[in-house]
Formats: sequence, structure tokens, C-alpha cells
Amino acid sequence: MTSMTVGNTTTPRPADGTATGAAVEIDDVAVRFHTRKKDVTALTDVSLRIEPGEFVSIVGASGCGKSTLLKLVSGLLRPSSGRVRLHGEDVRGPRRDIGYVFQRAALLDWRSARRNILLQAEMRRMPKGEARARADELIAMTGLSGFDDAYPNELSGGMQQRVALCRALLHRPPVLLMDEPFGALDALTREQMNVELRRIWRETGTTVLLVTHSIAEAVYLANRVVVMTPRPGTVAELIDVDLPTERDYGRTMAEPSFARATGRIRELLGAATTSE
Amino acid sequence: MAAQSSTDLLERADAAGGGAVTVRRRTGVGPGVARFVRGTWRPFAVLVAIFVAWWAVTAANLIRPYLVPSPGATLDVILAQSSYFAHNTWITTYETVLGFLIAIAVGVISAVVMVYSPTVEKSLYPLLLFAQVIPKIAIAPLFIVWLGFGLTPKIVVAVLMAFFPIVISTVTGLKSIDPEMLQLSATMGAGPGQTFWKIRFPASLPHLFAGLKVAATMAVTGAVVGEFVGANEGLGYVILQANGNLDTPMLFAGLLIMSLLGVVLFVIVELIEYVVLPWQASRRADAATTSL
Repeated sequence: MTSMTVGNTTTPRPADGTATGAAVEIDDVAVRFHTRKKDVTALTDVSLRIEPGEFVSIVGASGCGKSTLLKLVSGLLRPSSGRVRLHGEDVRGPRRDIGYVFQRAALLDWRSARRNILLQAEMRRMPKGEARARADELIAMTGLSGFDDAYPNELSGGMQQRVALCRALLHRPPVLLMDEPFGALDALTREQMNVELRRIWRETGTTVLLVTHSIAEAVYLANRVVVMTPRPGTVAELIDVDLPTERDYGRTMAEPSFARATGRIRELLGAATTSE
Repeated sequence: MAAQSSTDLLERADAAGGGAVTVRRRTGVGPGVARFVRGTWRPFAVLVAIFVAWWAVTAANLIRPYLVPSPGATLDVILAQSSYFAHNTWITTYETVLGFLIAIAVGVISAVVMVYSPTVEKSLYPLLLFAQVIPKIAIAPLFIVWLGFGLTPKIVVAVLMAFFPIVISTVTGLKSIDPEMLQLSATMGAGPGQTFWKIRFPASLPHLFAGLKVAATMAVTGAVVGEFVGANEGLGYVILQANGNLDTPMLFAGLLIMSLLGVVLFVIVELIEYVVLPWQASRRADAATTSL
């Protein structure tokens, strides 16, 4: 695993109260799946340390184990070898101190947007008043105001994904895991969601791990980009994104350091696919 | 951003419902029922047309009255012997509804147990299929021997007939849950009970109701089959008696009431579905409008 720096190394990382230890530590992790015919190694030799408040994007070819990595951090999957730690604690089972957003919004059809968001509170048995106030805050923050009584089938894909994001943030998780959250959206909505996610991340100070197929999205949003090799997935390179904290979408795209970072990622991913 | 999205949503609502549809259109029971009535007048119109054709054929003397009685003669029989029909209809309704309700309870519970225990599923599923393929009319006499001449054997046959579609649809419904939804539930720290009641069971209801609609009509058949084998009351008994006496108006009257019973039960289940699953109903209505 090599670390490469594009441009200047000084990446601003927002400070957090729990800055004493890493938010996520992945230590020499491997994941093997056993099927009847053969054993598949999904991930191997993966080590990663993510500081509190960081925004880390993960890119790589399809099937390289990006989603598996998020499942490891959430405890939905256990590594075949190696250790995963969340805030210094070993991950042994499904963790409650995370928020999860999937590619499909995974909303309950029979609940309004607001009640879908509040599902998080009901499952956790959070105090009602507190949950309601937090939901109001998030609905305003994500631009869902006025749509909170709408049902999922009445909402556009972007709005549905906003609801899923609110649900994932309701309990103020220190770590937010996002698995291609905007993959099903049209290009324009996706850009808008990128800008909003960047703003929401800055407002909440949550550590974010984002799996994406879009190189531009990965660089625009993150402080660091993890580039993975095809199966068996491992970390090809860690790229520090040298962009200001304040990122105007159009202007960021035109920055030389943006071009350098995306260029390097494209090179890595392209090289990875031709070698196969 | 918000303004853009609001037009987005209204456009979608417009495309779906056509015209003045608001976001809050699903808050009450009323609109659902109105839509239900709007959606069901066509089959009633067809039914009326069939009656008219029936009347025309008999009025023109195309068929001899002892083969096919006129609608008038059939209705006359029902009116003339209204208390006789009322009593026997009540008996069959009682057997059907009771059998249907027992089938729901037993069917849903066994489906839940099978979904949560692969061992139980593997051992019970083949047996269920075996029980289903035995013609009920063939085992009905056995129930008369075991359970006597009263209403119990009829209810048991109704349960047996209605049980299968309910189990199959509930198992399918419970298994069709989005695995990501279950993973999400795990990260919310939800226990198995919470996951079942808040996510899995409600998500299975559209499937369950599909099974219930089939089962409702099967329950009527079950009760009548039970009566055919051995009874001294009920619509099955009425038909068997009329058949023996070559009393076709009476036979037709019995058939008419029996099919009405099945239709009414079906419609009741569908109405409950519209009230319990408004999101499902509106989705179907949307699909209907787009297909027109």
C-alpha cells in the first residue's frame, strides 16, 4: 500500500471531540467467501485508518469489494482474518453507532417520509420529543420541508435518497457509511446531491465513508480517496485531495488539483482493468 | 433546489393521477373507497349484460324452461321460499367465514414459523403440498365419519381448501423482503420482534392479501363440498335436493346465491385491502390509469 500525494499535502481535516483515536481502523483484513465450487477472495491485505470527521471516498472496479468494506465497518460482515475497529472498539456484530445509506433508498412504502425517518428512532427507542425535533432539523437541512407527509411512491429518486439520508443521520451517528447512494440518480440530481452532501457533512462533522463509481464525485466530496484493485480487492493507492474546504461545484471541477487527482485515479483504474 | 424538487414531485403526481392530485391525497378512507367503486363498476355492468342475455334467451323460448329457467322464475323461487334460503345461506356463510378465519390464523402462523425455521420449512412444505393435491371431495367423507353430521366437518373442509393459498402467499411475502432493509434494521439495533412487526410483516401484506382473495373463494367451495357429502342444511344441501327433484329453478337459485356469497366475500377482502394498504391500492390505481 503506497500513499501518494497530489499537489500540496496539507489536507484540512475538521477537528472532532473524539480526536484522540481513529474513527475507523482496518488492520490487515481479508474476506473470503466459500461457495460450493470455489473459494473467492473478495478482499485481501486491506489496512486503512480514518480519522474522526474525515470524508473518505472508495473507488474501484465493480466487484472489487468496496461494499464488502462498508459491511465490515458496520459489523454486518465479519472478516476472515484481520481486525476492524470502530472508535477503538473491536467490531464483533452489527454496530448501532453508524448510519447506513444504500443505493436504493430502501424506504417503507406504507410510511410517509417523516415516519420513514422516525423508524430509526422507533427501533432505538429514542425519546419521542428529541427524535421529532431532530427529524425537523434534518428535514429542513436536506430540503425536504413540505414533503414530509408524502409517501415514497410520490417522491422522486433524489427526494427518496434525501429521506434515506435523514434516516441515517437521525441518531447523530459518528460514522456514516454510504454505498453508492447516488448511483441510481440522473446526472443533474446527482450533482445537486453532491453539493448538498458536502454541505451536510460540514454541518454535522460526521465521519463519512462513501463508495462510488463516479471519480468526479469521489474527488469533489472527499479529503482522501481510496483506490482499490479488482478482485481480490486491496488498496492500490490512497490519494489526498488537495482542494479547499469551501468547494464550489463548477469552480472545483476546473481546479488543476482536481484534474490531477481524477487523472491519477483514472490512470490507476484504467491500468487495473487492462491488466486483467 | 427545493422549488425544483417540488415541481418534480407535482409532475409525478400529475402523471400518476391525472389532474388535481395533491400530496395528501391518501390521508382518509373515503377516496380509497370512491376509487374502489369507480374501478369495479365495469364487472357489474358485464353481470347485468349476462342477466339480460339470460332473460332474452328464456323469454324467446330458445331453451326449454326445465333446462334453463328464466331469471324471473329463479327470483320467484328465492322470494317464495325466502326464509328457507335465508336459513341455508346463513349456514353456508357461517361455515365459510369460520373456516376462512381459522385458515387465516393457522396459515399465517405456520408461514411465519416456516420462514423463521428452515428445519420446520423443509419438513412441513412437502407435507403441505401432499395435503393440497389430495382432492378435498375425496377426503370429505372421512371427516363426516370422524366428526359427525354437524357443521364441523364442513368447516374443516373449508379450512383445508383456504389454508394452502394463504400459507404460500404469506411465505412468499415474508421472504420477498429487501435484504438491505433487514441489514438496515440490524444497524438500527432492532430486535427480531421489532423487525418483524415494523418491517417484515407489513411488507408481506400485499402478498398475503393476494392469497386471501383466492382463499376466500376456496372457502365457499370447501363448505359446499362438505355439504355435498353429507348434510341436512346449507346451500350444498339445497342444490343436491333440487338436483334430485329435477327442480331447475331451485337449482339455479342455489347456484346464484352461492356465487353471490363468494363474490361478496371476495369484495369484502378487497375492501379491507384498500383500507389497510392504501399505498398498495393507489399504486395499482396508478398502474391502471397509465395503462388506459
